[in-house]
Amino acid sequence: MDFLTDIWMWFPEVLRVLVVNGLLIVAIVIPLMLAVAYFTFAERKIIGYMQVRVGPNRVGPRGWLQPIADAVKLMFKEIIVPSRANRYLFRIAPLLALGPALAAWAVMPFTDKWVLANIDASLLYVLAMTSMGVYGVIIAGWASNSKYAFLGAMRSAAQIVAYEIAMGFALVGVLMVAGSLNLHQIVTAQAGGIQQWYFLPLFPLFIVYFISGVAETNRAPFDVAEGESEIVAGFHVEYSGMAFAIFFLAEYANMILIAALTVTLFLGGWMPPFDVVPFTLVPSIVWFCVKVTMVAFFFLWFRATFPRYRYDQIMRLGWKVFIPVTLVWITVIGVFRFFTPYGHWFQ
Amino acid sequence: MNALTKFLKDYSLIELLKGMRVTGGNLFAKKITVYYPEEKTPKSPRFRGLHALRRYPNGEERCIACKLCEAVCPALAITIDSTEREDGTRRTTRYDIDLFKCIYCGFCEEACPVDSIVLTDIHEFHFEEAGKHVIDKSHLLELGDQYEQQIAQARREDAPYR
Repeated sequence: MDFLTDIWMWFPEVLRVLVVNGLLIVAIVIPLMLAVAYFTFAERKIIGYMQVRVGPNRVGPRGWLQPIADAVKLMFKEIIVPSRANRYLFRIAPLLALGPALAAWAVMPFTDKWVLANIDASLLYVLAMTSMGVYGVIIAGWASNSKYAFLGAMRSAAQIVAYEIAMGFALVGVLMVAGSLNLHQIVTAQAGGIQQWYFLPLFPLFIVYFISGVAETNRAPFDVAEGESEIVAGFHVEYSGMAFAIFFLAEYANMILIAALTVTLFLGGWMPPFDVVPFTLVPSIVWFCVKVTMVAFFFLWFRATFPRYRYDQIMRLGWKVFIPVTLVWITVIGVFRFFTPYGHWFQ
Repeated sequence: MNALTKFLKDYSLIELLKGMRVTGGNLFAKKITVYYPEEKTPKSPRFRGLHALRRYPNGEERCIACKLCEAVCPALAITIDSTEREDGTRRTTRYDIDLFKCIYCGFCEEACPVDSIVLTDIHEFHFEEAGKHVIDKSHLLELGDQYEQQIAQARREDAPYR
C-alpha cells in the first residue's frame, strides 16, 4: 500500500489533480447518463400508464432493456449532413447543447460532502450554464439549412430567453432568503425539516421557477419548438443517429438538472423532510435522488396532461404573468424582511 | 365572471390541477391493452381475410369457372382461364388472385353461385419473396382443404343472419 502511495505521490501535482477530478467527473456523468436513459423509459412507461396503455414491454423483462436497445440503435445509425448545411456548425451544435447541460452538474451539491466544485457563486454559474444551452439550439437550427429547423430554433430561443428572466427573478428570491449564492450554503440554510424548506415562504417563486424550468427545457406544454404538426421536430429535425441522440441526452439531462435545482433551491436538497430518527438514518444521497425523481415525475405528468400552448400565449405567460409575479413576491420579501417585524418568515 | 374570481381561478391553477387529477387517476387505472401476439381479440364469422377455394365433400372442386367473381372484382385482382375437362364439365385451368390488388371487399364470395371462393378469417400472412403475392389455384385449393373446418363453421354461424 505504501508502495502504491509512493508511486502516486511521485506524479506531478497537476497530473494528480487532473486524474482525481477526471474520475470524479466520470463518477457524476455515468450515473447521470444512466438516469437520462431510464428517464426516457420512465417517460414512455408513465405516459403510457396515464393513457391507460402499458408502454414499451418487449425488450427485456417488462421492457427494462428498451433504453439500451434505443441507444445501440442510434449509435449504429448514419449521421446525415444535409446538402448546403454548414458542416462544421452542424456537427458542433449537439456538443454545445450537451456541454452546458452536463457542466452545470459540477457545482451540484449531491450531499453534504459530495460536491465536485464548491465555488462561492455556484448559483450564478448554474444560471450562466443553463443560458448557454440556447446556443446549441440556435446553431443547430441555423446550420441545418432547413426552414423547419430554423423556425423551431427561433421559437425555442425566444422562449428560452423569455423564461430565463422569470427564472432569474425566482432565484433572486432564494438569494434574498438564503443570503448566499453558494448552492451548498443554500441547502444548509434549509436544515431542520420540511417547515424550513424554501418552497413554503417562496411558494409563488417555487411554482414560477418550476414552470419556467419546464419552458426552458422546451417540454410540454411549452414544446412549440417541436410542434409536430407545424415544424416536425423543430431545431433537430435534420439530425439523425448519434447527433440526434446527443440532443436527446441534452434535453433529458436538462430536465433532470432543473429537477435537481428545484430540489436544491426549494426542497431542501439532501436534507430529510423530518429531523427525527427514522428519517435522518437514510443517507443524504437517497433523499436527494428521491426528491429529484419526484420533481422529475412532474415533467412527465405535465406532458401526459396538458395540450400545447399557443405561441403568443407562451410569450404572454412569460412576460406578463411570471415576471410581474416574481417581481411582486421579491418586493414582498424585501418589505417583510427589512420593514416589518415578520422578517423571520423569510429567513 | 367578475375580474376577481377570474384572477383567483387563474392564479390558483385550479383548472390545471383538475386535469392533472384525471391523468394521475389513470396512472393507477386498470390497463386495457391486449398483448397482441399472445392475446387476441375475438373475430366475427364474417371476417374477410385470406382467400380459399373450397371443395365438395366428395373431393370435387366447387369452382365451375363461371367467372362471376372475376367480373365483380372491383380491384381486378382475379384472373381466370378455363377449359372443358374430359367429363364435359367446365373447369378453371388458372385461378390467380393478386393479394396486393385485393381490397378484401368480399364481393367474390357474394357473387359465387357454388360457394367456391371464400374469404377465411386468416389475417396474419406475409410474403417472403417478390412475386409471391399472386396466389394460384393450387395454393387456394390447399388453403381451402386446410381450413375447411373453420370455413364451414363460420358459414354455419352466419347463416341465420343471411
